[in-house]
Amino acid sequence: MEADRKLITDLTPEIEKTSIKWYITFFIFLAFFAVGIYGLYQQIDKGHIVTGMRDNVVWGFYIVNFIFFMGLSYSGALISGVLHLFHTGWRKPIIRMAELITIISLIIGPFFIFFCIGRLDRLHFLFLYPRIQSPITWDVIAIITDLVGCFLYLYLSFIEDFAILRDYPDLKVAPWKKKLYKTLSLGFTGTEQQHKILSNARMVMAAMVIAIAIIVYSVLAWIFGVTLQPGWHSTIFGPYFVIAAVFSGTGLLIILMWIFRKIYHLEEYITQRHFVNVGVLLTVIAAFYGYFTFSDYLTKWYGSIKMDSILIDKLFTDYYSLFIFANYIGILLPCIIIAFPKFRTIPNITIAAIIAVTALLVNRYIIVIPTLETPFLPIQDTRPDWITYSPTWVEWSLTLAGVSVFAMLFMLVSKIAPIISISEMQEKDKNEIMK
Amino acid sequence: MKDEAENVSDGSSRRNFLKKVGVGVGAISVTGIVGSSLLKGNEAKAKSGKLVKLLSPEGKLVEVDQDDIKSAKGIQPADNETVEQHKLEARAGLPNRKFAMVIDLARCKNARKCVEACQEGHLLPKDHEWMRLYLLQDDSTTSKYWFPRPCFHCDKPMCVSVCPVGATYKRADGIVLIDNQRCIGCKFCMTGCPFSARVFNWKDPEVKVPEGHVYDPETNIPATEGTVGKCVFCADKLRLGELPRCVSACPMGVIYFGDILEDTVTNGNETERFSKLMTDRAGYRYREELGTLPSVYYLPPTQRMFPVESGLEDTDKSIKDRYKKVGPR
Repeated sequence: MEADRKLITDLTPEIEKTSIKWYITFFIFLAFFAVGIYGLYQQIDKGHIVTGMRDNVVWGFYIVNFIFFMGLSYSGALISGVLHLFHTGWRKPIIRMAELITIISLIIGPFFIFFCIGRLDRLHFLFLYPRIQSPITWDVIAIITDLVGCFLYLYLSFIEDFAILRDYPDLKVAPWKKKLYKTLSLGFTGTEQQHKILSNARMVMAAMVIAIAIIVYSVLAWIFGVTLQPGWHSTIFGPYFVIAAVFSGTGLLIILMWIFRKIYHLEEYITQRHFVNVGVLLTVIAAFYGYFTFSDYLTKWYGSIKMDSILIDKLFTDYYSLFIFANYIGILLPCIIIAFPKFRTIPNITIAAIIAVTALLVNRYIIVIPTLETPFLPIQDTRPDWITYSPTWVEWSLTLAGVSVFAMLFMLVSKIAPIISISEMQEKDKNEIMK
Repeated sequence: MKDEAENVSDGSSRRNFLKKVGVGVGAISVTGIVGSSLLKGNEAKAKSGKLVKLLSPEGKLVEVDQDDIKSAKGIQPADNETVEQHKLEARAGLPNRKFAMVIDLARCKNARKCVEACQEGHLLPKDHEWMRLYLLQDDSTTSKYWFPRPCFHCDKPMCVSVCPVGATYKRADGIVLIDNQRCIGCKFCMTGCPFSARVFNWKDPEVKVPEGHVYDPETNIPATEGTVGKCVFCADKLRLGELPRCVSACPMGVIYFGDILEDTVTNGNETERFSKLMTDRAGYRYREELGTLPSVYYLPPTQRMFPVESGLEDTDKSIKDRYKKVGPR
């Protein structure tokens, strides 16, 4: 299989050589990661008392991060699946990133559950004594299915690229990498039949990951939805979580597009057109997401069942600024920025995406924590300093460690595989793609 | 009841309480016996014929058969087989029983003896309390009242439904227990429970367990770091035919305990027909609308024995601080 040198150099900037910048960045992230490990050590040594969680707010920042990362993952799957399924031409330079978001955040997400669990040493009980009645068991099954599905989907999209790298004559890489490409390309030589099989398989998997993503994220939403707690006990939570996930994932995709374009000088491949297209997608999703949010809170507020109104009072007092940021600014501002063509510059769209992703993280926070601070029986007869929740440094350090691992895994993947699919870019309709 | 006599000798607060009330050790024992014979129901059993003299709550001397006085078997060394056997029994529950509790809100004055007895009886660490006393006020136009809250041992328990590993379970006799050797500490049951009945062991509880003690889900001793704990309805006591610790500790007779199948509940002094108590006093369950079907019933705070404020009169500052933010909701 042949590919032109330029494509390979451009799209695999880290495979042959490792820049000093790469090392510096990597070690900065590694330092954050180390702090997180120290925090985890403290937590295991002294118990969960080192976190901000107490008997009322039993799920804190860890669960927020868990939902957030899982959301990114499912949305990565959804975006790449949908774009692939509909043969969207412009998807090709960015679809690999969406797939990588899927798999990397899917690896990180469950770790936050591990941090939240009191007895990590008994984790295998989930498999030894599973109870199918429990939504956590549904989630275990769902996440494992999703991991397998997404790995397969990602791998299928890599096979052709590995074959190209394997066959490229003067690729200056270590012998183990050559060997790796040889093994991972599964003897793909680019015959017509192989192309057909691969393309069919990718089609099937694209459809599958969409279905899996929707089911899996709904299951996660039902962990909250099935309880009786005010604010959580809502029929809209399944679809609401799915749309919120796609919202955050689309935002993250834009941010990553910007970062990669900047660092690896991919201006030629990722153009304003991509930013505008994904940006418009973000706006459409934001509209749905805003509509769901409004609908959920409107019914709670108007009907004003006592517990619901206590919760809404709390949201509009203690959590006022967070609520306004997450559910007004975070939804409306990205819409406004992208809706008007004259605002649609690459930096503006990226800023809109950053606002969207942060707002969604905050939205997760004000879904989880205020509800736990509003139990049916008012919080009394407990230590006064145990009543309200605020994350401690341990939780912050592990959160930052999660983000660092996300970055580090991206960096490691870029050492082995192309960050933009070479095989997709060299296809005949390249001009059509780049238009 | 030997164990209770022993408890008294090492529990100073308990001793103080007894002094205050001015009744001897015997009162508690007879209290226990009234409950025990009641709970044992129709079981026909040969008696030893040896009579023991005890003091009744009214101050009268009574004679009781020695066989009615049992010692606690909860804490004693056992071989592995009996431990496993007991764990199975602790999962099955007592046959032909359906336990229920009735709490008379008109009598409660936040004496907190139920909390103390529970903490001591289950060797619970500080800040890890199974029994809680709420000072509720439903609306600004209505009155405040003290509201003791054990676990409600619901018949449709959310906590049991959501547990991913079967660590918490519902028994045939209505009791919901936790096996803290199975619990993975995911805390889903805590978010599932609408009554905040569950508490977590956030750190090593540092419980001094008697030598040779074997873990028993019916007492949940010892508390284990990273697992969830809650009121067990004193399942160990019930197995011995005795009343739960909070019931016998309450100086006001607030808490009645009994068996719905027998239609009988007792607070140690008075024994009532459960159904009559419900009818006469308009008994209700907290937040019936949630549909969890609690096994704990409340009698409304009508014609109260104490003014609400008296509940905070003789308490420490640390306890008063716990009720600072009380208001209507």
